[in-house]
Amino acid sequence: MNIQTLANHLNNLNDDGHTGFKFDCYPISGEVEVLQVNIVNREEIPIFVSITDNQILCISYLWGEDEVKPTSRAAMFETMLELNIPMPLSAFAKIDDKYALYGALSLASSMQEVEQELAVLSDNCLEIIDEMSDYLV
Amino acid sequence: MGIFNKILTAFRGGATEVGESIIDANSTRIFEQEIRDAEKHLMQAKRELTDVMAKEMQASREMERLTASITEHETYAEQALAQNNETLALEVAEKIAQLDEELTEQQAINQSFSHNSARLKELVKKTERQLADYKRQLSMVKTTASVQKATATITDSFSTSNSKLLNAKDSLERIKAKQQQFDDRLKAAETLEGENSEQSLQSKLSQAGIGEQKSNANAVLDRIKARKS
Repeated sequence: MNIQTLANHLNNLNDDGHTGFKFDCYPISGEVEVLQVNIVNREEIPIFVSITDNQILCISYLWGEDEVKPTSRAAMFETMLELNIPMPLSAFAKIDDKYALYGALSLASSMQEVEQELAVLSDNCLEIIDEMSDYLV
Repeated sequence: MGIFNKILTAFRGGATEVGESIIDANSTRIFEQEIRDAEKHLMQAKRELTDVMAKEMQASREMERLTASITEHETYAEQALAQNNETLALEVAEKIAQLDEELTEQQAINQSFSHNSARLKELVKKTERQLADYKRQLSMVKTTASVQKATATITDSFSTSNSKLLNAKDSLERIKAKQQQFDDRLKAAETLEGENSEQSLQSKLSQAGIGEQKSNANAVLDRIKARKS
């Protein structure tokens, strides 16, 4: 599994995917190669995929620290912890000053599993932002 | 300080400098070297353990042989005594004494081997545990570094393309609006299709002269005539 083959697979899916989504993705080069995956009509919340030595990481940024109402911070954390287990396949994270949702997959995952992961992660993101918008400015 | 805290400290400390690798590549390499060394030590310890265990088995076989030989000679001595052959009995007794001495020696050797193999087994177990722990820690450090680099890559890409990750609520609103638009279009298409099929049915019916008929001139004339009379 590498970024390029994953990108090709997702871009060529068109309507043959298992998730009902269309993917539009392109690699971003840097010290670590990252694949930006846009789901058509959900371009505002992209998913970033990187492949490490032992896992495939799919990360989506939710909001920045500056978007959190200071008085709601503790309640937001509490809700995140409570939702962490029920939320399918994804988990909460914080990277620098941004909150994120992520899913980690085994390097042996099939393309279909990655596709499924991306779809669920995107659904989770929308759900979470909707659910937690009271905590945000 | 545990590995979790080290990672957090490193992460927070360098988080302001985007693009700079916070987890030092050099220290990762040193850590990897340590793991390789530990693996080598483990292999050596295992080889040594096999060796010691083999010697332990050898020693215990030798002990068995000596014990059997002592028992055997004791019967000889008894038999010699039964024949009143004191000289022979004494000779056998001397042999037994010698065997006894050898047995004691062998026991000491065996004990030292047992002790050694127990120690080595413990060492192997401990090293294996430590190695697994090192590997887990290394994977954590590497993943952290990789996420960091990925974040830097993403941040760079966004700042060069002048686009910006939107605020979460705005993003959601836009996506919902797009979804709504899509749904509306779908509904409109459905309604339109429905109307079309209704119309076509209507026209088929009227062609067949079923249902409400269009009024024609003759019918109007008939109606007027009827009113006059």
